[in-house]
Amino acid sequence: MNMNTNTDTSAGVQPRRLDRQQVADNFAGLESCLSASEAAVEADRCYFCYDAPCVRACPTAIDVPMFIQKIRSGNLIGSAETILSANIMGGMCARVCPTEILCEQACVRNDFENKPVEIGALQRFATDPVLDQQVQLFARGAPTGKRVAVVGAGPAGLSCAHRLAVLGHEVCVFEARDKLAGLNEYGVAAYKAGGDIAQREAQYILAVGGISVQTNKTLGVNIHLPELRAQYDAVFLSVGLTSTRRLDIAGEDAEGVLDAVDYIADLRQAPDKSELPVGRRVVVIGGGMTAIDIAVQSKLLGADEVTIVYRRGQAQMGASEHEQALAQTRGVSIRHWASPRRIESENGRVRGVEFEAFQPQAIDGVPQTDGDPAREGERFTLAADVVFKAIGQLLADDFPAPAPDDRHALELKAGGIVVDEERRTSAPGVWAGGDCIPDGDNLTVSAVQDGKVAALSINQFLT
Amino acid sequence: MADLTTNFLGINSPNPFWLASAPPTDKAYNVNRAFEAGWGGVSWKTLGEDPPIVNVNGPRYAALHSNDRRVIGFNNIELITDRPLPDNLKEMRRIKRDWPDRALVASVMLPMNEESWAQHIPMIEDTGADGFELNFGCPHGMSERGMGSAVGQVPEYVQLATEWCKKYARVPVIVKLTPNVTSIVHPAQAAKEGGADAVSLINTINSIMRVDRDSLTMYPTTDGMGTHGGYCGEAVKPIALHMVAEIARNPQTRGLPISGIGGVTTWQDAVDFIALGATNVQVCTAAMVYGFKIIEDMTDGLSRFLDEKGVASVHALVGAAIPSITEWKYLNLNHVDKATIDQEKCIQCGRCHIVCEDTAHQAITHSVNGKRRFEVKDEECVGCNLCVSVCPIEGCISMRPTTGADPRTGAPIHPQPADWTTHPNNPLRHA
Repeated sequence: MNMNTNTDTSAGVQPRRLDRQQVADNFAGLESCLSASEAAVEADRCYFCYDAPCVRACPTAIDVPMFIQKIRSGNLIGSAETILSANIMGGMCARVCPTEILCEQACVRNDFENKPVEIGALQRFATDPVLDQQVQLFARGAPTGKRVAVVGAGPAGLSCAHRLAVLGHEVCVFEARDKLAGLNEYGVAAYKAGGDIAQREAQYILAVGGISVQTNKTLGVNIHLPELRAQYDAVFLSVGLTSTRRLDIAGEDAEGVLDAVDYIADLRQAPDKSELPVGRRVVVIGGGMTAIDIAVQSKLLGADEVTIVYRRGQAQMGASEHEQALAQTRGVSIRHWASPRRIESENGRVRGVEFEAFQPQAIDGVPQTDGDPAREGERFTLAADVVFKAIGQLLADDFPAPAPDDRHALELKAGGIVVDEERRTSAPGVWAGGDCIPDGDNLTVSAVQDGKVAALSINQFLT
Repeated sequence: MADLTTNFLGINSPNPFWLASAPPTDKAYNVNRAFEAGWGGVSWKTLGEDPPIVNVNGPRYAALHSNDRRVIGFNNIELITDRPLPDNLKEMRRIKRDWPDRALVASVMLPMNEESWAQHIPMIEDTGADGFELNFGCPHGMSERGMGSAVGQVPEYVQLATEWCKKYARVPVIVKLTPNVTSIVHPAQAAKEGGADAVSLINTINSIMRVDRDSLTMYPTTDGMGTHGGYCGEAVKPIALHMVAEIARNPQTRGLPISGIGGVTTWQDAVDFIALGATNVQVCTAAMVYGFKIIEDMTDGLSRFLDEKGVASVHALVGAAIPSITEWKYLNLNHVDKATIDQEKCIQCGRCHIVCEDTAHQAITHSVNGKRRFEVKDEECVGCNLCVSVCPIEGCISMRPTTGADPRTGAPIHPQPADWTTHPNNPLRHA
């Protein structure tokens, strides 16, 4: 790995800790794509398993052995069609899926050589040409005359819209932001989503036809569920999670204490990443993918010291081992079993975070993996110019809470919209999916599956 | 250390690996390099009458590749030597002088008239060559001119030309056979009756490698046209082994020394050929794919193998597997094998299940008590070995003999062998 590291150790928050080229190189260096010969050799490693475990491990059930066989035979377009017909965002998923805990973990090659087939890399190899050249593999179905509103143009919304369009329904997509693709555009780490992949994928999806788009439309602000239900034959809500959890500790409002998701969004949209302000010492609070993404990207931008602090152990981190290792090889330190207690600031600006460290407790010999320590532990302080909060997100603060007497209201639970197996909400004619439904894994691939399942259910409802 | 030296028809070589008559043995430069690398002998690129033939100035070779472009099969349309005969003879003489311990055999291809043999054989023998190899095998180009496989496919011609060569040669004569025949025994027998000291086989197999899927022409072409070539390399080895074994065990040809050719790539391939009756082997494709250095593993591996087996010499291995080959009608129909899957080794790919389910006997489960598990159903298994063949894990599935009763038929398994010749379903059975 070659990574340009910072030689400028001046304190504080400032842009251009690395020059434009160095930053560009850092972000580009993480992009990997198989060459044709690498793909041929890797494809040959697939055993074309019966009832393949990798397919079962994929939330969208992509027929992995078949798409790999099609790579092997030189049928690349056919391979892409196998992928995209199960997962229209197969291109992005090839980049962001934690394959090491999904398809690749299930690969039978792990059993005897500890090295799965590189399914994610092969999926990218197969889908890149189709997205690069916008080879349209889908067609809009004969119009049914039915109209569906999709609220939120992230992975779940676009997946739902695409499938509905293929089934012949007319779809209107409402999106709160300027650009489509949701977290693919605003949330995925920049080093995973080079080449404007999110927009190219969105463009590919819309090109099937029958989908109209209105941006800057926010539910509860300038569009409202009752009207949508009245105007459309069905509604799919894929509004994501738009408010960030608070630490609820003293000093949290100091300058320099930032929401990781906001910074990641800025980073994705920045025309020149070297112009972004970067702290010399960065502390990240959290243990999921967002924590890893912001930590790694801070290093790539030239931060000197980056420390992730997570309140539980390594095994409980939401980020996979692969992602943790990626962060560590980029020079990020990860500390476990410590909770933030106080933000220290000077003149209103953050200068450190005080943590309470504790040993994981065992009850009857079983290590406890959750909850705060019962007893007060050792305290330590990490100096910080910037503190990123990456401890999870919630539905929008102003998301309409159900009135007890409204039988058409959306039932909410655990900060999400309750749905059944077909992604039907409690409100007739309203489906939901993606991060805004509870108990999910918040993966792109699961959101795509939600959209697909909901579209099939809506289709059944409408026809 | 096992003795790798071989004496083939009185021709000694330090190991049983010779380079076959082909481009690698075209001239002194290559042969010198081969001997420096350790090859035991060479059959010089086939000599013919002057003026020399000409080759095309386009592709002569094409390959069948695996996905990582390993060469599995290979074909060529190159003809015999295209250099003047005196040049070849001069170089052969020098090589034999410089490398007296290595075998040097002159491959020849001459037209079907005795005068030509009378004129050329003594002249070539004068180089000091240890023997002749008669090229009755090349299936392309020369065969159109009544030579090569055009001779090898007609036993009478084989015999006649062999007789001519023997008449004018004092050194041993090896007849190289074409596999492009319905039975290899007939030309081998003809060679024997013509006085051949040995046969070598196989030469290459008629082949077209593939179609160029852009132009929809055959591949490769010279200026848009192509012609069939001779197929060789790893892919042809099973065909060659069968033909070698047929000659080794057939009463008409049994005892005729054999030089085995056809896809020898490693020492393991040499073991196959030698155990099926060859005294030495000739190699071409492996050298053309990897260069001469490949010999180092061939000799080293063979030597270690023989030591491990407690076999003192290459000669002691010759024909070791021949007693295990018979005709189908003599196979023991009272023997019952069942496949068995080692669950410790199984990686649960399910290939055994699906091929048995789709194409064989529905004898392998895909789940047991609701869990993914692949087990052989003895009551369905016919012991066909398909699952063993497709399993990606060596040694995971094996065949085990069954005694008592066959769970598939319910019938008792007789300990006494019985074959088709006495089977009640055979209308021609022995009484």
